[in-house]
Amino acid sequence: MKQESLLSVINLRTRFHIYEGMVTAVDGINLDVYRGETLGVVGESGCGKSVTALSILRLLATPPAEIQGMILFEDVNLLELNLDEIRRIRGNAISMIFQEPMTSLNPVLTIGEQISEAIRLHQGVDRQEAWSKAVEMLQMVQIPSPEMRAHEYPHQLSGGMRQRAMIAMALSCHPRLLLADEPTTALDVTIQAQIVDLMERLKEEFDTSIVLITHNLGLIAEMAKRVLVMYMGKVVEEAPVEDLFQEPLHPYTQGLLESIPWIGKKLKTGRRQLQEIPGIVPSLLEMPEGCRFHPRCSRVMSICSKEEPPLVQKDGRWVLCWLWK
Amino acid sequence: MLQYVLKRLLSTLPVLLGISLLLFFMLRMLPGDPAQVLAGQMASQEDIQLIRHQLGLDRPIFVQYGIFLGRLAKFDLGRSARTQSPVIREIWARLPNTVLLAVAAITLACLFGIPAGIISATRPYTWIDYLFTSMALFGISMPVFWLGLMLVVIFSVVLHWLPAGGTGSWKHMILPSFTLAAFVVAFITRMTRASMIEALSQDYTTTARSKGLKERVVIVKHALKNALIPIITVVGLQFGLLLGGAVLTETVFAWPGVGRLIVDSILARDYPVIQGTILIFGLLYILVNLFVDMIYAFIDPRIRYD
Amino acid sequence: MTETTQPQAWRTQRSADSQLKRNWAKLRRNKAALFGGILILIYFITALLAPVIFPGSPSAPNLMRSLERPSFANPLGTDELGRTILGRIIYGSRVSLLIAIGVVFVGLLVGLPLGLISGYYGGKVDFGIQRVTDTMLAFPGFLLALALVAVLGVGLKNTIISVGISMVPIYIRLVRGCTLSVREQTYVEAARAVGTRDRIILLRHILPNVMAPVTIQTSLGMGTAILFAAGLGFLGLGVQPPTPEWGAMLGSGRAYLFNSPHVATFPGIAIFLAVLGFNLAGDGLRDVLDPRFRL
Repeated sequence: MKQESLLSVINLRTRFHIYEGMVTAVDGINLDVYRGETLGVVGESGCGKSVTALSILRLLATPPAEIQGMILFEDVNLLELNLDEIRRIRGNAISMIFQEPMTSLNPVLTIGEQISEAIRLHQGVDRQEAWSKAVEMLQMVQIPSPEMRAHEYPHQLSGGMRQRAMIAMALSCHPRLLLADEPTTALDVTIQAQIVDLMERLKEEFDTSIVLITHNLGLIAEMAKRVLVMYMGKVVEEAPVEDLFQEPLHPYTQGLLESIPWIGKKLKTGRRQLQEIPGIVPSLLEMPEGCRFHPRCSRVMSICSKEEPPLVQKDGRWVLCWLWK
Repeated sequence: MLQYVLKRLLSTLPVLLGISLLLFFMLRMLPGDPAQVLAGQMASQEDIQLIRHQLGLDRPIFVQYGIFLGRLAKFDLGRSARTQSPVIREIWARLPNTVLLAVAAITLACLFGIPAGIISATRPYTWIDYLFTSMALFGISMPVFWLGLMLVVIFSVVLHWLPAGGTGSWKHMILPSFTLAAFVVAFITRMTRASMIEALSQDYTTTARSKGLKERVVIVKHALKNALIPIITVVGLQFGLLLGGAVLTETVFAWPGVGRLIVDSILARDYPVIQGTILIFGLLYILVNLFVDMIYAFIDPRIRYD
Repeated sequence: MTETTQPQAWRTQRSADSQLKRNWAKLRRNKAALFGGILILIYFITALLAPVIFPGSPSAPNLMRSLERPSFANPLGTDELGRTILGRIIYGSRVSLLIAIGVVFVGLLVGLPLGLISGYYGGKVDFGIQRVTDTMLAFPGFLLALALVAVLGVGLKNTIISVGISMVPIYIRLVRGCTLSVREQTYVEAARAVGTRDRIILLRHILPNVMAPVTIQTSLGMGTAILFAAGLGFLGLGVQPPTPEWGAMLGSGRAYLFNSPHVATFPGIAIFLAVLGFNLAGDGLRDVLDPRFRL
């Protein structure tokens, strides 16, 4: 039985008009998020994963951005809503947390104020009640002395606490979907683990689905149930997380997994150098012909440089590659 | 916070010292005998001798400086070479007029400039943005005194609506304050626009929007509060520029302020007055900047709690 | 929010060459800056070709034709001494541009080295220079120039010196700030580690990075110089008659404002357009070279 999806992105295409031309950051991607699951979106910088999240909440300025396609959230197409309607959803039904907690929090407003303003707005309660709810949220994200901290400013908190505060802010109205854009990238490794734990716990508590955007494969392995791999604006592979790690189908995914250094690798494989994917991601203004990955692909075939690969289904997974046709 | 205030106060000391040194040496750099210079053309030998004694010109330079500082502390700036009345009194009589003009001008400038800057920033590259930006550009390219004269031509000569100069009624204040404000409003508009655009492009603005806040709230509560910091700097700086521009505006409109006093004194080589007015202007500017720094701390919690 | 990635090694070289071309193209696109550039060009050409465009002396009085309205013979009218205003404005461009160039020259001559030294070496030298700069900046620019004129006296040379000196602290601050941030860059640290002499570091690494904001400031500064000089002229404390200087023309025209406003109007327009040109060009340069360095 196919589950009802919470969020369905259908053929999303996000383009930007810039002086040098038109840049397609997201080129016709499809994704589904189901209730209570964590969907991982993996890719290098510039592959379009952040733009996807910003497109969902329509946080991109249009112009210069242009968004096409359908984004169905609980059977409503978000792209057809007017701005007032979208604002009712933001912070309320769908929330987002960002990579850099220092710059993403307003330096001149207290933490408590930044959390409670969303509560006041979406839940229609008065200042005092919103404030106490905000303090409750701070407690839930395990910030010590929450009543005191609520009166403090972002710069007075440590990096980990700031990220917790951001999570508190995003979850304050119990959204059904959380878009997490690189939530741990800016944090120390030990703090990262704490934040991951926190997010898992809260996800259970609030029954929130998460779209986890990151380039950190370890994080994906820990948290995600299904994974999307993106490259240059396209989804090149989609699979349940165990299948992806056990048997990556797309050469790019293979390259990503192989490039992770692990202890004992030298001994076991005899390789003395770090594995890498040769070449660099081309500029979005100079996209390769045919398959976008073909210039860097270790298993490239002649058709790859001529025609764009089709989306192939294999054992309940998807891959965008000629190899599997 | 207290630490910050004290630190700022302390940092003005070397500047004050510097100004006093500047003035001290300024006099001695002029050709001729300093005492004669101070006394002026019409002084008698006794007057010159008296001044020479007062300044201690026959004593070593350090002593002279000490005497100078001592007199400054007592607000003794000497006597005007022209009128023989104490410089301090001449300045004091005119200072309120200049301050009045400057305050009126800066208020006008902020009233027009800040909203214009905000509107420009929130609708960049639209016709209204271009309009405001061009007006701002014109404002800073125009010579203040020329604008004043043109306004006089239009409103006094042609339309007979407003007086051409002098004081007396509130009507007399309109043209001078608008003239003075025109130059400043341009800076304030540009700064507000730039600062707001910067604030609006920051991550926290995206975060605010992602919470579903109304755009108006995002602009005022989130962006503007951050943008105000550089804007206030400019306003403070502009106040200083106003004091400089007041010189020209007061001349154009025959406004009896300290600016006119400086010009008249320079033309008449009335050095005690020149010294005194320069000192007062410098002091005022420092005070204004100090005040601006205090407001900073009030607005930006990062400074308060550091 | 376009996310492009860093170019590879071979690409960087190509990018470096085309960087200049790209900047130039960007500048050309900016119509306002282009307009400003044209204005400046017009003024410069006028200044250079003044004797050709307007033969004869602009300062020779001709009292019979005093205070004439603009006519075919005198397109901008005549002033109180019967001299044609158009001619005086044309020759005035020489004076004003000379002042503009002289002022930024003085400012750069003193300000650039002092700023570099202050920023690079730090310590007591920096402290001393900064305190002096602070003192000078304790006065609004025009006032400082005015004070210097009070000491040095009036005239063209003193105007250039006074206004130039009042511009020095601005350059020092600007150059120092830029030097400070460049000094912290790793490539400077690397150069030091290899044993490069200070002088070479300053010339090769720091100076080129300072040039961008300095260029912007110079363009804006020339406009400011003209404004200040005109202000001094207006007060009678700048360039002295009979030399045609726009501000001074305004000043003397003031007495005839009620009957012959044209005497004061046209020189003012000349000032306005010149300063506008420099401001537009400066803004355009700023947009291209580095929007971060807005003042």
